[in-house]
Amino acid sequence: MNGAQIVVEVLKKQGVEYIFGYPGGACMPIFDALVDAPELKIILVRHEQGATHMADGYAKATGKTGVVLVTSGPGATNTVTGILTAHMDSVPIVILTGQTITPNLGKDAFQEADVFGVTMPIVKHSYLVRDVRDLSRIVKEAFHLASTGRPGPVLVDLPKDVVSVEWDENFSSDLDLPGYEVQTSGSTESIKYVSELLSKSKRPLLYVGAGAVISGAAKQLKKLAEILQAPVTTTLLGKGAFSEIHQLSVGMLGMHGTAYANKAVIECDLIMAIGARWDDRITGKVSEFCPNATKIHIDIDPAEFGKIIQPEISVNGDAAKVLEELIPLVKKLDTNEWLKKIEQWKHKHPLKYPKRGGLRAQHILAELDRLTGSNAIISTDVGQHQMWAAQFCKSIRERQWLSSGGAGTMGYGFPAAIGAQLGNPGDLVVAIVGDGGFQMTMSELATAAIHKLPIKILIINNRYLGMVRQWQQLFFENRESGVDMEGNPDFVKVGEAFGVKGFHLRRAGDVTKVLKKALAYNEGPCIVEAEVVKADNVFPMIPAGAAVSDMLIDEPPKTKKMKKPVGST
Amino acid sequence: MEEKFAISIYVCNKPGVLVRLAQTFARRGYNVDSLVVSPAHDANFSRITVVVQGEPSTYDQILRQLNKLIDVVHATSHQTTDVVDREMALFKVRVDPSQRAEIFQIVEVFRAKTVDITDHSLVIETTGDSLKIDALENLLGPMGLLEMVRSGKLIMKRGLEET
Repeated sequence: MNGAQIVVEVLKKQGVEYIFGYPGGACMPIFDALVDAPELKIILVRHEQGATHMADGYAKATGKTGVVLVTSGPGATNTVTGILTAHMDSVPIVILTGQTITPNLGKDAFQEADVFGVTMPIVKHSYLVRDVRDLSRIVKEAFHLASTGRPGPVLVDLPKDVVSVEWDENFSSDLDLPGYEVQTSGSTESIKYVSELLSKSKRPLLYVGAGAVISGAAKQLKKLAEILQAPVTTTLLGKGAFSEIHQLSVGMLGMHGTAYANKAVIECDLIMAIGARWDDRITGKVSEFCPNATKIHIDIDPAEFGKIIQPEISVNGDAAKVLEELIPLVKKLDTNEWLKKIEQWKHKHPLKYPKRGGLRAQHILAELDRLTGSNAIISTDVGQHQMWAAQFCKSIRERQWLSSGGAGTMGYGFPAAIGAQLGNPGDLVVAIVGDGGFQMTMSELATAAIHKLPIKILIINNRYLGMVRQWQQLFFENRESGVDMEGNPDFVKVGEAFGVKGFHLRRAGDVTKVLKKALAYNEGPCIVEAEVVKADNVFPMIPAGAAVSDMLIDEPPKTKKMKKPVGST
Repeated sequence: MEEKFAISIYVCNKPGVLVRLAQTFARRGYNVDSLVVSPAHDANFSRITVVVQGEPSTYDQILRQLNKLIDVVHATSHQTTDVVDREMALFKVRVDPSQRAEIFQIVEVFRAKTVDITDHSLVIETTGDSLKIDALENLLGPMGLLEMVRSGKLIMKRGLEET
């Protein structure tokens, strides 16, 4: 067999279902080998960035590793944004890139790009395979690394001569990773200390991130929260680790989190991070973040300890396993007063939006949530619609919420929904996107249409880059600059050109009717183009770099001059 | 205030390792003072001794990030007391035959060696801890020091414990 067949054989052994890819000269031997492996289905994308987001969405929604196969040079560099996206959100994907033949490396050969070098800071690990004898081991290692510990993207650069040469492979070589060790069960002593700290708390808060979703810790988390009677807040990517309709849930925290979650952050006496990394969207000004609360940090990646916040105690391990061990050590806490206070905040500062004045995104999203019983897989793009979706579309189970959190990659939402739908053919998948981000990857309409994927694409169209416009309004004296999406196409007509069904939504009174029609349409993808009010803003909001206590629960009066945020973006 | 740190890193002998280490330092504003890479006694691994200069507040973080790299088996920082540290240096000095005696005296006191001699130059070799080499440099400086090459610090843990 040749190198390409070796690669394909390892993919089969790994149980790969889909390969999101785009061919080109350097990876032709692998595409050729795929002809004889019909169980590996090629999803031919329209741009390599789309392939990486599809693999990412597939991985996030199923827990399995997503696979990308592209050619050298521009094919490989087009994956960079998607690799960053997966890296920032700890998503297991394996990227196979074609490469020029080894004697040509470093000589500026046609379609040569040093993608091994280009991507080095944004991968969990990467390989440039120079010898066919290493090939099967390396591809196996790539899957192992991508999916274990803190997951992440692994890139394997495959020179064309290495995948073309014949080699009698017996697939018996073991992984060779002496520097890679994953600590899954936390230290018993540390866990005991955590239980002691918890027992002293009267105002605890469980702060849950993507690590809990990746670990599959929902069951343990629910049990722990119920025993302790402790409120639970999740990060944007932690959505689904704890049902947001549970009495103890306070929803999302952070920059655009609920007022009651952020108030709980301010007043808690103990905060326990479970698979979360104290991101700047959460902490705001770090020096003023929960200064009086005991901090506990549970994470599988020890490099997260002390990076932003110095915890009282850290437990290095897999969230589900650590919680499993912690549960028998804890008892109900005296949190009646605390929970009562939180209920009052919930009552006083609910998530809300004006009911009048035109068609609003929040209205559509709340109605979508109601009509789907909070049960759809939601994939969002990045911007205002993303935050509104996070606020109004409740997540009730793991792997139901896909969004680009760390990287904030516009163009993510729709291709990620394609990956999620392929991985979960029986589930309802809704891509919630803005008019800006959708135009970055909407060429994948062809991909969705060919495979007749019944994805609902809800375009929140305000003809603006709304989040940037919101900042310009609040912090830059409303001096609009580069945010007008003049020239937007009629998205329904765009869909039509791809053979995709479309619905216009223009009036608040039509929301239920149009959404119902879209949800009932199952012959393929469909677009709902919602032309919403142009200048709506997302609140609550903690300006970047400000303290959580500086949260704006509602829109500040127009006369109030706001300081320019000091935090990053 | 920036400080200097010595770190021993035991890595898999695979392509790209050095770049990953260098990126880890560069990203966090650390400057590499010296770097020694050599094969370990097991040829599948290499030993790297690096002296870096940077913010003490991010130092622990850097060690953790180094240890997180897949090809790094371990990265450890050292107290100067529990390790043997050595460095080698070569000095080229412009010197006329009339001034040699004075230099030879310095060489003698430092237990250094003269390894090359011409009518107008000397090359001196020395080994020792970094402070000794600094001291020799300071003495030779005003006497016509033309060039200096230092190997960078080598570190080995005392006793049976692994470096």
